This record gives sequence, structure tokens and C-alpha cells, in this order.
Amino acid sequence: MGILSLTIFLPGLGALILSLLPFKNARPVRWVALVFTLITLALSCYLFAAYDRSSGGFQFTDSAQWIPAINASYHVGLDGLSLAMVALTSFLSFIAVLASWSVDHRPKAFFAWLLLLQSCILGVFSSLDLLLFFLFWEIEVIPLYFLISTWGSGRKEYSATKYVIYTLFGSAFMLAGILMLYFTAGTFSIPELYSADLALLAGGIPLAGIFLLLLVGFAVKLPVFPFHTWLPDAHTDAPTAASIMLAGALIKMGGYGIFRICLGLFPSEAERFAPLFLVLGVINIVYGGAITLKQTDIKRLIAYSSISHMGFVLLGLFSLNEAGLTGACLQLISHGLITGMLFASAGILIHNTNERQISKFGGLARQMPLLAGLFFIAAMGAMGVPSTSGFVAEISVYLGTFSAGVPLAKPIAIISLTGILFAAAYMLNMMLKVFFGPVNHGFNHLKDISITEKFYLGMLASGILAIGLYPHFITGVLKPAITGLALLWGG
Amino acid sequence: MNWQFILPEIIIAASAVIIIIADLISRKPVVTTAIAMTGITASLIIACISDTFFESVFEGMLFIDGWSWITRILLLGVSAAVVAASTAYSDKLKNHWAEYHALVLFALLGMMLMPAAGNLISAFLAIELATISFFILVGMLKTPESSEASLKMMLTGGVASAIMLYGMAFIFGSSGSTGLAEIALHSSPAFSSGLLLGILLLLAGFMFEVGAVPFHMWLPDAYEGAPTPITMYLSAGSKIAGIAVIARVFSMAFTTPAQLGHDWGIAVAVISAITMTLGNVIALQQTNIKRLLAYSGIVHTGYMLIGIAAIGMGNQVSGDGKLFFYMAAFALAEIAVFTAVIVITRYLNSDRIEDFSGLVHKSPVLFAALSTGLLSLMGLPLTAGFMAKLFIFTSAIDNGLLWLMIIAVINTVISAYYYIRIIRLMWLGKPCSESKIKLPAAPGFISLISGLGIILLGIAPYLLLKLVENIISLP
Repeated sequence: MGILSLTIFLPGLGALILSLLPFKNARPVRWVALVFTLITLALSCYLFAAYDRSSGGFQFTDSAQWIPAINASYHVGLDGLSLAMVALTSFLSFIAVLASWSVDHRPKAFFAWLLLLQSCILGVFSSLDLLLFFLFWEIEVIPLYFLISTWGSGRKEYSATKYVIYTLFGSAFMLAGILMLYFTAGTFSIPELYSADLALLAGGIPLAGIFLLLLVGFAVKLPVFPFHTWLPDAHTDAPTAASIMLAGALIKMGGYGIFRICLGLFPSEAERFAPLFLVLGVINIVYGGAITLKQTDIKRLIAYSSISHMGFVLLGLFSLNEAGLTGACLQLISHGLITGMLFASAGILIHNTNERQISKFGGLARQMPLLAGLFFIAAMGAMGVPSTSGFVAEISVYLGTFSAGVPLAKPIAIISLTGILFAAAYMLNMMLKVFFGPVNHGFNHLKDISITEKFYLGMLASGILAIGLYPHFITGVLKPAITGLALLWGG
Repeated sequence: MNWQFILPEIIIAASAVIIIIADLISRKPVVTTAIAMTGITASLIIACISDTFFESVFEGMLFIDGWSWITRILLLGVSAAVVAASTAYSDKLKNHWAEYHALVLFALLGMMLMPAAGNLISAFLAIELATISFFILVGMLKTPESSEASLKMMLTGGVASAIMLYGMAFIFGSSGSTGLAEIALHSSPAFSSGLLLGILLLLAGFMFEVGAVPFHMWLPDAYEGAPTPITMYLSAGSKIAGIAVIARVFSMAFTTPAQLGHDWGIAVAVISAITMTLGNVIALQQTNIKRLLAYSGIVHTGYMLIGIAAIGMGNQVSGDGKLFFYMAAFALAEIAVFTAVIVITRYLNSDRIEDFSGLVHKSPVLFAALSTGLLSLMGLPLTAGFMAKLFIFTSAIDNGLLWLMIIAVINTVISAYYYIRIIRLMWLGKPCSESKIKLPAAPGFISLISGLGIILLGIAPYLLLKLVENIISLP
């Protein structure tokens, strides 16, 4: 068993150990969870450092026979993008455990589900076999369902069920697509599919059909308009840790899937449908941004802003050039950190004040200057202010879209610029109402964030700034993967 | 004579007779259970060590081969689970304990002979032996619901038998034989429309046995009224045997010429699509766990019929390993679910789903077993149900039934709603009382075995699939 398999299954092992441990109270349970996420994080950091950037390609591969009858195998490996996503997931899981330090309702089950969720997400990002990929993709639903429906708030059961039904709906199409792909090429192996000429093999089955079936699955997850309605409910009603994982790592699976499977395997179909997805992307940005403006619930606002930001991912991916793809991948990572941080901060606020309506807060910067400051960094990231990761990502997306050879690309790029405007409006408005403005004396007793909270918010903030100031930190890893893909459309 | 080939069946028949005689001497329930278990175990051992080569016995009345070998073992396993689970029902059935077990074994005898049938006559006799035993078993509780269910099942079953016989008459009339191999010889290279009519009538009769739409009406009532171990038997036993006999008869007799297989293959595919969709839609509204499982069973009949349709479209002349995998995975999941349901409903004295609320606090083990079974029925990855669906979907695409696969996939999503609803209720709901459920040893053991089996087949399906495909492909 290689180091990558160890990284994937370690959190799952942790979940198993947790569920078998005899003690009932929360203290030892969360320490065990923390240790497991910490070791996984350390392993991911090792992978990140050890990845050979000059040769690129899939590294740390591990494979074993699984179901020879249908030519499916256990096959995992990392290229630049999956490596970055694995590192992001491990990082966010570690933070999610820290952010759940105060969970004391059925803590054993909570941390076990959280760890299992991490294993599933890591599995999705590392799978090089479509069936394995689907397997991880599908199981992830169960831990998240329990996390939302048990430890959530508001209409938690409704939101959790909605999430499950939407995801299963999407993955049903995806499974159909994967099976059709299998019958076209005779293999589930992604590297083998990369080197096969699908158009030659397809025969009677229309490749465009497979492409769209797969894309529906990813579009539900990302989420792309009009499949986005599960997201605000699930994010809003989830517990903080689940919100962090959901917005930070889980919806990135959609973007990752489009990159890895839809674009990588179907370059000419991608080119054919690119205008459609550029339009959907800009709808995500503008429509998402406009609805965000109207939100009154702090978590709901952050959730809707995710829809707008995921529009940039779609825009970058379907620009089909190196700048756009780089932007999209950077946006996946940057948004993971930024939204993770926003949700973590919002979680702290809600936990301390028992209040989530933005209008009920006010002047909190007085009592909580540090939280206000850190929150502002994340908000700047969301607005795409220079020196944050959001800026680097979004500017690359714009560059990519402007220079894209796809019809409609230029007008779409111009319209999507309003996304920045929207982001500034809703983020600044929220900052103003929550941390500044008229003081709500009901919250005079509040204390600033604790040492743990300082620690993990600080880590997230330094991540955002590090990528913003020195993007090569990430792009260096991404480059081989992206260059290879962009070559499919002539660079 | 070649009696040695049906030794497992003879042991079962003998055990049933011994149970009735022993009951005259000693009325202890333990004795009855012990005889039944011993009989099944002995039969299982002999079935396992018998060889799997094709053998035509009793002038072609029975074909003993890989398909009958493997289904026989599966059905014996299911029956063992039923006998063990029945111990949790002993107080309600104590007046008819011996008769009950004798009938369980007679039904088993019929079901074991079904997939081995080499002739339409022997197929009919085997089916009737099983169904008539079930008529009585379903009415065993003697409550009004139980008697009504039994009567309904008998009436519709009688009509179905008549239709089946009518179909057989047509087949005999147009091919001049009732032997499966002879029919296949006669219908090649051309076949008459009388034969096709006969096949469709026969199919209608078989559809009753497996509970496919539109012959499913008896099923929810029978499931609800029957003692729950019998509900489990109907679901994991009778349905499996029904699919197995369809696979046997249709693959051996009606796959040449290709056009013939194609004609009934399409009919089965359409029935399959309607069955799974209708079953799902009705299942969404159920509040009684046994009725819900009845409709969920109807949905799974639809999935298994995909395998039958694939046999027709692909003109396979033997049973299908992927179809068998589905049957085994389904039986495992039903055993896990029903065993837990038997213990829980006996404890609660209620079949209503809402009374399952907060079950995780009452018995984490039963919660785990029931959830695993339900997730497998739903087809979640890492359970046997997922792999089974995956295999059956691949055989659908393989045989040009892409549209059917898409309908099946969508139905899988719909079904998730009602399975997850139960799990949610058990996990999140408030328990009606603080008391814990005591899990008796025998059902606990079955829960454990079936739960582990589901996970094992979900992770390493190839263990079973390879074995089955090797056995079935033998000459």
C-alpha cells in the first residue's frame, strides 16, 4: 500500500476507530479526530513537496485488480490538480475538526462521519478509475447527509434530503455516462481513456450524449444554474464543519470532474458546447451575485456567493486555454480557502451570539477586533482584491475568457466583470452591518476569538495571502497538468 | 434411475415428512426446528459437493447443471435463514409449529426444482408445489388479514396457473413437445405465431410468481398479512426461484431463432420498465414497513427482469452470472432487512414505519443491520446492491437496452427517497420508550452474516461473480 492510499484511507480508519472507541464524552473523541486529520495533513504536505514538478503526469500511483470481469481496478494517482485538491481537502478537514471543538451532541458519531467524509473526498480527487471515482463520489452523500440532518440547524432534515436527492439525481446521469463510456472504450481507467481515440471507438454511441450525461453529474455538484437550488439550503443548515467541507472541498469535486473527465476526454465536444457553458457560467456569476445581495442570513449570504464564484470556475474551464484553465483551478483552491474561512468565522459568530440575521448584529468590531480583521481578509479574497488568492484566480479567468477562441467569449467576459462589483457590494455591505455601523448593545459581553480560533483562522488567512502574493506556489504544481490539457485546443 | 442427482431435494422432502411424524411423538418446538435445520444443512452440504456438469435426469424432466446447482444453494441458504428467523415468531405460530416447518420445506422443495426444470410439465409442477405451500403459509396466522391475504393470493395464483397452462398448451401445439430442448429444436429456424402467443401467456403466468406489474396485486396484501418470516421467504426465496425458472425456461427453449428471443425480450423489457416505475411510485406513499418492502420488492423484480430481457435480446442459452449476482445480492439484503424487521416488529407489536423512530438508541446492532440492508436495496456503493445494479446495467447496455438502463437508473434515485426516509427516522427520531430491544441469538447471527456478506460482495464482487460465471459456463 503506497503513501497515497494511506492518505486516502487514514481518515476512514480514524472513523472506524472512533466508532468503536468505548468512551462517551467529547474530549478524547475530538483529540483522536484531530490526530487523524493532522497525520493526513502531514502526509498530504509530504505528497505536495515530493511531487516531481518537472515531469508532471500522474505520480504516487497505486493499483490493484478489483473486478476483472468489467475491467475495473483500484487505481489511484495524483497529477498537479488532484494533488492541490488533496492538499486543500486535508487542510480544510483539519480546520473543520478544530472548528467543531465545541460540538458535544453525539460527538463520536459527528467526528466519525466527518472523517469518513474526508476519506471519500480524498478518494474522488485521487481516483484514476472511473468506477472507483464514482464509488467515492456516491458514498460521500451518506456522511454529509448525517452531518447536516443531525447536527445542522433550521430545516436541517429537509436540506439534507434535498442535497441527497439532487446529488443522486446527478450521479445517476453520471453513472449512465460512465457505463456508456465503458462500452465505448472498454475500460474504466482514466489514463487509458486519455490515450484512446474515443471518436474512433464510439461507433454508434454519440460522444456528445456521454459528455452531457457526465456533465449533468458534475454540474449538480458545482453547482451550475439551474441545478444550484440545493446549495443554499444545505450550506445554510449544515453545522460549521460540514459547511466548511461542503463549500471548501466538496463542491470542488464538480469542477475537478469537468476538468479531469469532460474536458480531458472530450475535447471536441467541449469545444462544441463551450458557448453554452460560458453562458451558464455568466448566469451563475451575475444571477448568483444578484441574489446574494438580497440575503439577510449570514450563512445563506456566503452560500449564495459560492454560486457566483463557481461561475468563474465554469467560465475558466470552458475558455479552453491555458490562462482560463489556470484561473479555474486556482479559483477552486482559492475559493476553498476563502469560503472555508468565511464559514468558519460565521460559525464562530453564530455560536457566540446565537444570532444569524445580519441586521441583528452591529458594531461587533468593538468587541471582536481580531475576528473583524481576519474576516476582512477573507472578504477581500471574495471580492478579488489584489494580493489575495481571489484576485489571482479571477484575473486569470478574465484573461483566459478574453483571449478564448470560443464564440461569445468576449461579451461574456465583459458581462462577467460585474461579478466583481456584486462581490464588493455584498461583502462590504455585510462587513458594514455586522462589524461596523450602529452598535447592538445586546452583544456587549462578547469576547474576541480564542487561541484555537486565532490559530485556524490565521492559517486560512495566511493561505489566502500566500497564494495571492506568490501564486507560483500553486501554479507550479498545476502547470504540467494544465499545459497538457490546453494543448488539446492548440494551447 | 438417477436418484443421486436429486439427493438434496430428497433430503428436504424426507425432512418435511419426518417433521410431521416427529410432531406426533414430541410437540417440542426445538425438535421441529432442529430437524428442519439438520435437513437443510445436510442438503446444503450435499448440494455443495455435488458436481456441476450438465445432466439430464428422468428422461429430460430435470436438468441438473451449473444454473440449478448455484440457485439451489442460494435457496437453501435463504431457507436456513427463514427457519432461524422464525424462532423469533414462535409464540404466534406455536399451534402449527410442525405444519409450518413442513410447509416451509415443501415450498423449498418446489423452489429447488424450479430452476432445474427441463420440461414445461416439471416446471409447472415445481411452481405449483411452491405456490400452494405458500398459500397456506401466508394464511398461517389465521387472523382476518392473514386469511384474506391467503385467499387473494390463491385466487390470483389460480388464474395465473390457468394462464400458464394455456400458454403451455399453445407451445405444445405449435412445437409438438413440452421438453425445453425439443421446443428449441423445433422452433428453429422458423417459428409460428402460435408459439409466440404461448410464450407470452407463459410469461404472464411467470410474472405472477415474481410479482411483476400487472400481476403484482396479491403481493402487498400477502406481504402484510403473512407471518413476517414468510414475507421474507416470499421475497428472498420465491421471487428468486421465480426469476431462476424464467431464466431457465426462456433461455433454453425460446432463444432460437434470434428473432424469437428478441420478440419476448422486448416484452420483458417493457414489463420491467413499468414494474420498477410503478412499484417505486406506490412505494413512496407507504406507511407500513411490510407493504413498503413489498413494493420495494416489486421494484427489484423489475431490475431482475432486465437480466431476463438481456437473455432474450442476447440469445443466451444459459442462465446469466450477472443476473445470479443480482439475485444473491437481493436475497442477502432482504434477509438482513427482514430479520431486523421481524425482531423489531415483534418487539413493537406494530408494522408502522413511524414506530421505528429512534431505533438507533434501542438497538444499534439492528439499526446497523437494517440500514446496511436498505442501503444495499437502494444500491449505494460499497454494498452488494450497487455492484448488482452495476452488473445488470452493463448487461442491459450490452444487449442494446440503453433506454431501459436509463429508466432503471432514474428509478434508483427515486427509490433512495423512501429508503433514506426510514434510515433518517431510525437515526434522528425520538424513541417512543427508553427500553432496549433484546436481540435473540439466531436472528442476531443471521443479521451479522448477511450484513457482512453485503459489505464483502460490495467491495469484492468478483469473488462471487467469477465463481458463478465459471460454474454456469461449464458444459
